[in-house]
Amino acid sequence: MADRPVILQIKQVVKSFGNVHAVNGVNLNIYEGEFFALLGPSGCGKTTLLRMLAGFEFPSEGSIKIDGKETRDIPPNQRPVNMVFQSYAVFPHMNVFDNVAYGLKVAKTPREEVKERVQDALALVKLDGYELRKPDQLSGGQRQRVALARALVKRPRVLLLDEPLSALDAKLREAMQLELVKLQKAVGITFLIVTHDQEEALSMADRIAVMENGVVRQVAPPGELYESPNCRFVADFIGRMNLFAGIVEGHEDWGGLNVKTELLGKLTIPHSERVSSKLHLAVRPEKLRISSEILPSSYFSFPGEVDAVVYHGSESHVYLKTDAGPFLCATLTNLSRISVRPKKGDRLWIGWAPEDTLVLSE
Amino acid sequence: MSVRSKNLIGPLDYTRRTWMRLVLLGTFVFLYAPIVTLVAFSFNDSRRNIVWRGFTFKYYEKAWNNSSLVEAFTNSLTIAFLSTLISVVLGTMTAILLWRFRFPGKAGYEGAMSLPIVIPEICMGVAMLAFFSRIGWPSGLPWPLNLGAITISHISFSFPFVTVVVRARLASFNRELEEAAKDLGAGEWQAFKDILIPHMRPGLIAGTLLAFTLSLDDFVITFFTSGPDTITFPIKIYSMIRFSVTPEVNAASAVLIAITLVMTTFALWFQSRSGDHGGVAHG
Ligand SMILES: Nc1ncnc2c1ncn2[C@@H]1O[C@H](COP(=O)(O)OP(=O)(O)OP(=O)(O)O)[C@@H](O)[C@H]1O
Ligand SMILES: [Mg+2]
Repeated sequence: MADRPVILQIKQVVKSFGNVHAVNGVNLNIYEGEFFALLGPSGCGKTTLLRMLAGFEFPSEGSIKIDGKETRDIPPNQRPVNMVFQSYAVFPHMNVFDNVAYGLKVAKTPREEVKERVQDALALVKLDGYELRKPDQLSGGQRQRVALARALVKRPRVLLLDEPLSALDAKLREAMQLELVKLQKAVGITFLIVTHDQEEALSMADRIAVMENGVVRQVAPPGELYESPNCRFVADFIGRMNLFAGIVEGHEDWGGLNVKTELLGKLTIPHSERVSSKLHLAVRPEKLRISSEILPSSYFSFPGEVDAVVYHGSESHVYLKTDAGPFLCATLTNLSRISVRPKKGDRLWIGWAPEDTLVLSE
Repeated sequence: MSVRSKNLIGPLDYTRRTWMRLVLLGTFVFLYAPIVTLVAFSFNDSRRNIVWRGFTFKYYEKAWNNSSLVEAFTNSLTIAFLSTLISVVLGTMTAILLWRFRFPGKAGYEGAMSLPIVIPEICMGVAMLAFFSRIGWPSGLPWPLNLGAITISHISFSFPFVTVVVRARLASFNRELEEAAKDLGAGEWQAFKDILIPHMRPGLIAGTLLAFTLSLDDFVITFFTSGPDTITFPIKIYSMIRFSVTPEVNAASAVLIAITLVMTTFALWFQSRSGDHGGVAHG
């Protein structure tokens, strides 16, 4: 990505409402043609950041550059970005055609061209044939596609999407995720999508910025974000995680780290970077191995018993209680219809490979 | 079961209860009998309004040839037209101001603005009389200008109604619609024209009807602000019936009713045609 030109440069941006810092010093570079996701829990400032990009809010501090141009004095109607609103904001008194054509008509595009471009945009979102429908005759998913076509028809430099799929049911949402990715690759426009759904971000985006309380905690591609989170918040927010607090006791010459954890005893973890003395260890549930036989000696392993099994269809979550005390969660893929799953009360060995251990600063 | 249930009266089947039908009938009679009688007797071929003597258009002709009646009628329509136009613009602007902005003294402003709605009409009339004589409002101006005082007082009691109606409508507006328009390239004015006005339309229509009828049939306030050369229709009727209720008065009133009906029908048609169902009460 870094070889492409930067299209959106967000520098030290702060937005305060009274004494609430909705956005508190965000730095981001977004590259041309990228599918970028802003991910974070409710109220962390995602919408506020997006609205500043669209021009509906002004940064209290910092600068936002689109295509290298400072945007401070550019009103929303002159920015080369378009937005798909969370409520879709499809104009209720206009039919589908007029909705999509609105931005072109405002720009005084010749009639013939308007017609052509609207038809193309509607075909792109698979709404051809719906031109004369009014918004109240459309389903939620169709309205969402009208909003999408309406923004795309303007050929923006960056398309901003605020939780575009949150109002759709699970099946439709998944289908739309795929379609959005295909669409983005087809039109080549930079997409910046806001979401609080980590699965959505992981499955769609080229890169993801995880936000917490107005601050960006990590920016990385999905795989890296999942396998190498850089802090406890990100590790916990993305996917499921087993976390334990620990204290560093020393370093091995070969790059190992001696960590004492209250509940799992002393562990030596392959980790060569310098860390603070207090840290968190983490391991993903799917990386845990559980077995009635003793695990290979290279594994960290602990005896324990099954506390609960929760069935989720394709996989089951097994909650385990180690004899030393802490609870762990392991996920098992249900590979066959009649696979034997552990039952509550079963005694087991629980363990994982040392290289699957994540070392996280506070 | 299914056979019997046909004859049972459901809890909300009000119209199938005999006493309810009687109440309904009574209501309609009290509501419409006077109006129907009024219109019917405007065609009565008799000088007095008591016994039916046969059908005639005579009194319509007579009313049409009564120049002072026609003048009063013209005055009323002129005043109603001007007052409605200005009330709707002013009332809508006030509604938008109160809806969109926060400013010091807003609550006080809002209260003061709705005063004309709650204040007794007679007080308002006296106040208007005192006001216009205090500032020395000129009398004896040429035709449309001499209606100025009445028009101004009509505006001052009509526009708060428009504000209330339009503001109620604005409460249901999704601000993202306006932002979406701007996002797509519309300027402030264009977004207002293309998005906000269509949303307000049911409120605007209701407000227009309200302002028009308020002005057209106002008697009390007009009485205090009109002079000998600025007689309005209600005041003219009043002065006519002080002598006797002739079918001529009926004829003139029937015409007024017809105008109101046509206007209401047109407004309702316009409202339903705009395809927006979420409107507030029709005026
Ligand atoms: N106009 C405003 N006035 C005051 N505070 C605001 C305003 N807009 C947002 N905030 C505050 O700023 C913070 C961030 O809000 P924002 O809408 O950006 O959150 P979000 O990340 O989009 O959340 P969600 O996922 O729920 O949409 C919140 O604490 C919110 O209360
Ligand atoms: Mg939001």
